[in-house]
Amino acid sequence: MALSAFHTPETIEQAVALLAGDPSARPLSGGTDLIVQMQSGRSEAGAIVDIKRIAGLNGIRSDGDGFVIGAATPCTALKEDAALVAAWPGVVEAANLIGSVQVRNRATMAGNLCNASPAADSVPALVAAGATCLIAGPSGEREVPVEAIPVAPSKTSLQAGEMVTAIKLPKRSAGGSDAYLRSIPRTEMDIAVVGAGANITVDAEGVCTSARIAIGAAAPTVVLVEDAGKALEGSGFDDAAMEAMAQAVRNACKPIDDKRGTIEYRIAMAGVLAKRTVMIARERAGGTA
Amino acid sequence: MSKLHVTTSVNGDEREFLCGPGETLLDVLRDELDMTGTKEGCGSGDCGACTIMLDGEMVCSCLVMAAEAQGRVIGTIEGVAEGSELHPVQRTFLDHAALQCGFCTPGFIVAAKALLDRNPDPTETEVRYWLAGNLCRCTGYDKIIRAVMDAAAELRQERTPA
Ligand SMILES: Cc1cc2nc3c(=O)[nH]c(=O)nc-3n(C[C@H](O)[C@H](O)[C@H](O)COP(=O)(O)OP(=O)(O)OC[C@H]3O[C@@H](n4cnc5c(N)ncnc54)[C@H](O)[C@@H]3O)c2cc1C
Ligand code: FES
Ligand code: FES
Repeated sequence: MALSAFHTPETIEQAVALLAGDPSARPLSGGTDLIVQMQSGRSEAGAIVDIKRIAGLNGIRSDGDGFVIGAATPCTALKEDAALVAAWPGVVEAANLIGSVQVRNRATMAGNLCNASPAADSVPALVAAGATCLIAGPSGEREVPVEAIPVAPSKTSLQAGEMVTAIKLPKRSAGGSDAYLRSIPRTEMDIAVVGAGANITVDAEGVCTSARIAIGAAAPTVVLVEDAGKALEGSGFDDAAMEAMAQAVRNACKPIDDKRGTIEYRIAMAGVLAKRTVMIARERAGGTA
Repeated sequence: MSKLHVTTSVNGDEREFLCGPGETLLDVLRDELDMTGTKEGCGSGDCGACTIMLDGEMVCSCLVMAAEAQGRVIGTIEGVAEGSELHPVQRTFLDHAALQCGFCTPGFIVAAKALLDRNPDPTETEVRYWLAGNLCRCTGYDKIIRAVMDAAAELRQERTPA
């Protein structure tokens, strides 16, 4: 690897200055994408900015309104936060489908998001959850919805010198829950053929009051399928509403054919997974007798 | 390209080394510190042969930059036995013939010990999921799983070593 420097900033300001000062510098979180890409010659990184020594970037804070997950927090740490698991089980399970225990002890959701793979497992769950990310850059801080970050495979909307500092999950509303499922040929250590995340709220009568559905590996980026959520809202999850939801999901798919799955398979499977995921989220929300 | 000076703890000893900014911790362990117990199978996080402990968590050393080790606590396969006293999981690997070529074994032992240190009573399913990031092309895994379950029983003192 032809790297010229390895930086270990201790503040966000230092990290941003290093990134802004060298267009070839890349943030390093867990390295489970970046180091693989450097080793195989697929990365143009000229210098590394390790963000793991920045105070406050590793850990989960509850800010009263929700959760602030530092960009350098490894996926396995999410499972150890009981309040986070109770509020956002789908996000935690999605992040903990990534790779192996060895990989998850390093991999972060921020890295999963910024690597911009359409098959990134935590991203559909985060999008369904309505998560946002905090971005620090040369012109200050901004906050954008998670779905605004990936724009194409391996491309993000981050500007020169910018980095994600945290992922924010909103407060869990009463009667709500979430879930994530993916389809893979093995049970572990594989890339999603299709993934689906669902976040729903159910009232005391079992009627869906809100729903957000997102799909992965079915288009160049993870997609928020707004029509799928609308198809469920106001329904009691009857067959017609579920089928309308699945149809909206299938309509949103623009997948590729590859060794993992054909276009037809991915589209059909996206509908199936979306239905299953909604049913799990509904059960978790207490919406089934 | 200037070399970085790194001080770290390896198996309880303070170690120092110089590394390039693009070197992995696996490279340094094997080539600088002459600790060749940790193996390189794939170099891409898939096989687990390079598994080590970093600040108490198991990771693939091929996916850790050497410079990241500054001030960290590292544990490798060389630190699993206490002197000539094998760790129970090392002994049960021998008892069950849970290895053939042995290339995957250091990674499996480090990973299995990490599991048993936190949970000496895992189910077989838990063991299989925990070890999903370790590949073995020889044994077919079954003997490895038996060895880990047996080591767990020994650690719970339900079985006395033969
Ligand atoms: C064996 C193996 C199995 C895997 N299995 C899966 C899987 O099942 N599902 C899955 O989704 N992924 C999988 N991955 C890919 C990878 O582990 C995940 O994408 C992981 O979440 C990446 O996070 P990281 O912290 O390691 O990112 P890094 O490698 O540190 O970074 C990834 C990219 O994001 C950039 N970046 C990192 N942090 C920031 C930041 N804070 N701000 C801006 N940019 C940043 C980096 O510069 C780099 O371009 C696997 C990887 C391996 C090696
Ligand atoms: S050599 Fe590190 S996982 Fe294979
Ligand atoms: S014993 Fe040969 S790879 Fe496992």
